Amino acid sequence: MIAAAAVSMLSLAALPAAAQATATRGPRTADGKPNLNGIWQVLTEANWDLQGHAAAAGPMIPLGAIGAMPPGQGVVEGEEIPYKPEALVTKKANFANRLKLDPEVKCYLPGVPRATYMPFPFQIVQTPQFILISYEYANAARTIYMKDPGPAPVDSWMGQSVGHWEGDTLVVDVTGFNDQSWFDRAGDYHSDALHVVERYTLHGADTLMYEATMEDKNVFTRPWKISMPVYRRQEKNVQLMEFKCVEFVEELMYGQYRKKPAGK
Amino acid sequence: MAQRFWIPMLIGAACWAAPPPPPANYTPPRTADGQPDIQGVWNNATLTPLERPAAMASKPFLTPAEAAAYEKQALEQNNRDRRGADATSDLAGAYNQAWFDRGSKVVPSLRTSLIVDPADGKIPYSEEGQKRMAAAAEYARAHATDGPEDLALPDRCLLWATAGPPMLPGPYNSNYQIFQAPGYVAIAIEMIHEVRIIPLDKRPHLPGSVRQWLGDSRGHWEGNTLVVETSNFTDKSHFRGATANMRLTERFTRTDANTLTYEFTVEDPATFSKPWTASIPMAKSAGPIYEYACHEGNYAVPGILGGARKQEAAAK
Repeated sequence: MIAAAAVSMLSLAALPAAAQATATRGPRTADGKPNLNGIWQVLTEANWDLQGHAAAAGPMIPLGAIGAMPPGQGVVEGEEIPYKPEALVTKKANFANRLKLDPEVKCYLPGVPRATYMPFPFQIVQTPQFILISYEYANAARTIYMKDPGPAPVDSWMGQSVGHWEGDTLVVDVTGFNDQSWFDRAGDYHSDALHVVERYTLHGADTLMYEATMEDKNVFTRPWKISMPVYRRQEKNVQLMEFKCVEFVEELMYGQYRKKPAGK
Repeated sequence: MAQRFWIPMLIGAACWAAPPPPPANYTPPRTADGQPDIQGVWNNATLTPLERPAAMASKPFLTPAEAAAYEKQALEQNNRDRRGADATSDLAGAYNQAWFDRGSKVVPSLRTSLIVDPADGKIPYSEEGQKRMAAAAEYARAHATDGPEDLALPDRCLLWATAGPPMLPGPYNSNYQIFQAPGYVAIAIEMIHEVRIIPLDKRPHLPGSVRQWLGDSRGHWEGNTLVVETSNFTDKSHFRGATANMRLTERFTRTDANTLTYEFTVEDPATFSKPWTASIPMAKSAGPIYEYACHEGNYAVPGILGGARKQEAAAK
């Protein structure tokens, strides 16, 4: 830790003052806020399981190693998600039936915070009044209102997001969820009482530290927190592309209704 | 006296030939990075049809009195009771104006079509285009409910027919929110939750081998007009019968504080005998844009296909 800090101070000392500011605080928008614009993506196995897990075979035998679950160290503060006893039973049943129940299998909207750590990029388009986050997965999108429009008018998959700045951190309060989305492929779930508080903080120009605190009195005994870095995609000409996965799940969801079902 | 008589006639004739262009003297505000500011929630609902109705073939513009009568008639038509006489008739007939949001006005220019070029207000289909569309329609009639691929894209929750690009007025939720950040314009489309992110940095299009439902858009500013060029469409979305090689040019100009004038030109020589252009005023809206989670609540596909299988089984 001390060695790392010393190295970091040494390297900063060699930079002019303006560049130092950029290196530590990251780029700024015209109105002086941290500039979160860009295309971002996580490098974590959190979407498989927020909690630490060893590698394991996947649920689809024909996929072999392609479908296996990669290992992950976990992103939950304190390791465990604090389920109520009866909710833990539901989570385990969810996992056992994940091919049928995981909304990702059906290309459903991912909810928050799962949208952040899906294995797809997302783009932030930041304005003083609204911040749009467009996710490549399933054309999911959300608008963060920088002025509170009042309670969410209806429940939704992506919830209603209201943001404000606390120093250099964008804090987003997300409410108005339905009870349909999951947190990961491990069956971690919530009710429609879910309340998420996200924190986005730039660390330098190309790393966004992401935190989310989940509160749901129907499912958890106390609030719990995840955190992970999100990295700027830096390929030349990088852009979000289409992952309209609805088309890819039609056979799974509707194949039984075909005039000539496949294989018959 | 004779002169006096002629003045209104001349004014009338002039309006007939060319309506006044949108006020060019409006200067839109600027974003912090100097782009003309076209941000906000915009709604393009209108009673004016894309193509000029046959009954108005020789009438490119309505008079204000005709427009008022047309609007009244259209609203009454949308509100009429379509239900059959008995309880077993299709519930879909129970939709009245309460379910729709087609707007209540024609476009302010009083033009009888959204198409401004060609002058007849009609899509200029080529013979080849007409033949291909007729063949597709014939196939669709014979295979209407074979499988999900044979259903309409909106029923499949893949693409709303009017969400674009190009963006046309739809039966409801014709809402779009525009965001601008340095180097980008983003359009969030309510139906059926799409986002178009348009880079302004003159980068090349995606390779021709990469095709997308919404195509691949690149934008630049020409004065106060955002010009967006889109290619790389798929052969599955077929806008108005067009092929995957369709090229689209859209022009967004804020012509007053509450109006975004949207023009688009479609080119596809395999389908149209010449390029055609439509102009649609988009009105500032208070919003918000709601989440339209279409696929997540799709009962249409299993209902339509499952119903067809039941009917087939019953007919055996």
